[in-house]
Amino acid sequence: MIITRRQALIGGVAGSGLLLTGCSRIFQADALTDSASFQRVLAVAQSWTRATQRLLLADGEMAREYKPSDISPHFKANGTLDPGGDDYERHVAEGFVNWRLQIDGMVAHPLSLSVADLRRLPSRSQITRHDCVEGWSAIGGWTGVPLALLLRAAGVRAGARYVMFYCADNLDGEPAKGGEQSPGQYYESIGLADAMHPQTLIAYDMNGKPLDVAHGAPLRLRVERQLGYKMAKYVQHIQVVSDFRTIYGGKGGYWEDNGYQWYAGI
Amino acid sequence: MPHPDAEAMAENDTRGARLRREVIHRHAWPVRLTHWINALTIFIMVGSGLNIFNAHPRLYWGQAGADFDKPFLALKAFPDWLTLPSYLDLADARHWHFFFAWVLVVNGVLYLAWSLWRRHIQRDLWPTAADIRSVPRSIADHLRLRHPKGEAAKRYNVLQRLAYLGLLALAVGMVVTGLCMSPGFDAFAPWLVAGLGGRQSARTLHFLFAFTIVLFIAVHLIEVLLAGPLNEVRSMITGRYAVPPEDE
Repeated sequence: MIITRRQALIGGVAGSGLLLTGCSRIFQADALTDSASFQRVLAVAQSWTRATQRLLLADGEMAREYKPSDISPHFKANGTLDPGGDDYERHVAEGFVNWRLQIDGMVAHPLSLSVADLRRLPSRSQITRHDCVEGWSAIGGWTGVPLALLLRAAGVRAGARYVMFYCADNLDGEPAKGGEQSPGQYYESIGLADAMHPQTLIAYDMNGKPLDVAHGAPLRLRVERQLGYKMAKYVQHIQVVSDFRTIYGGKGGYWEDNGYQWYAGI
Repeated sequence: MPHPDAEAMAENDTRGARLRREVIHRHAWPVRLTHWINALTIFIMVGSGLNIFNAHPRLYWGQAGADFDKPFLALKAFPDWLTLPSYLDLADARHWHFFFAWVLVVNGVLYLAWSLWRRHIQRDLWPTAADIRSVPRSIADHLRLRHPKGEAAKRYNVLQRLAYLGLLALAVGMVVTGLCMSPGFDAFAPWLVAGLGGRQSARTLHFLFAFTIVLFIAVHLIEVLLAGPLNEVRSMITGRYAVPPEDE
């Protein structure tokens, strides 16, 4: 079989182009993507990733902390930039003096704390990198109350596995992420291991100033070893649960209900 | 069979004088199996990777980088027909990518373990001193589309060896840079992320390495076509390779 250089080049480029580019069609990948059973197969990887990272982070490894000079000059705000609505706008106008953080669920002593209450508690400050699922990163300084301290004060009951965070914002979605998205109340959840990690904070300050509206005023979650979408903003209510399958879409968070991984360490 | 084909006759002919084509067992089954698993997986990884990239089609150097920072490289989103799935969907693309990343890693580890154990890498891929000396001649041969024949065709030539070793290094680089984008992994090995220049540098390198692998695939397919696609593809499926006869 004799092939000229020209034929080979044309064939090679066309062939590799076809293979590389047409893969969605060749493998019927779009149809596979939509099939529920195939999605269950792909989702298996999530548990492998989670189990592997749990193993790697078994000693409570800390996310890297940075120097003040590393702080991003402009920290991108994403998701809800302003929850709006009468209630939230009243809180903004009042300087959040009447904002309450409710802590309940599987706890011995439910708590209701104001932002001022939280500011009187022992705090932790950390300069960390925030990694968005979309691919960008920004470095910011956070000050807040370690969640572990609040959960110990409330007394987590036996059998509890997750901590839920309910927020003041409704999100319509995020165009940059594509795919089918549905509007809904923002909420999130993390496992107890991450909830008790020393860097997991209910933060009230960002870069030395009270949180602004775009970044989650007056309270937001920091979970430094996971992606940004886990770090719920405008947090009003923390609930300790053993299971979240009956809560909203049942996947443990707004983005999880829209198809994203619950474990966002990757 | 009343009419065995010429090739089968040649294979069975032990006298050798009338041997038109010598058929050898070229690729061991673990190499063939892992090759085809890789071939499928790499397209899924590139397609879903481009979809993920499209959620933020800018690359940075350092630990951090977003819309307001100076990009290392600002691209436009890749067209939908290049991506998996064939519409922007970060959630589904991530599911594809992270499932097949496991396939790629398990397949790669099995290949490496077998190849080191059976000395495939040491014997067939690692270039000898004579190979290194033959680099200029091999480049000239490749440019003139002259492919090895006879005895020389039974072993990988030096450019093949270097290309395959380079691909192995790139594959390791893909996995490492991919892991360094994970905030969980970064808490485990912050020194590795810093060594690459930061999380956004790792993302940039991940993209550049992937682009280099796509170039490798294009050249690889062109070489398969030039060297005789039927014989080459058959050798990668069945292992049997008809050695191109020496020039008269």
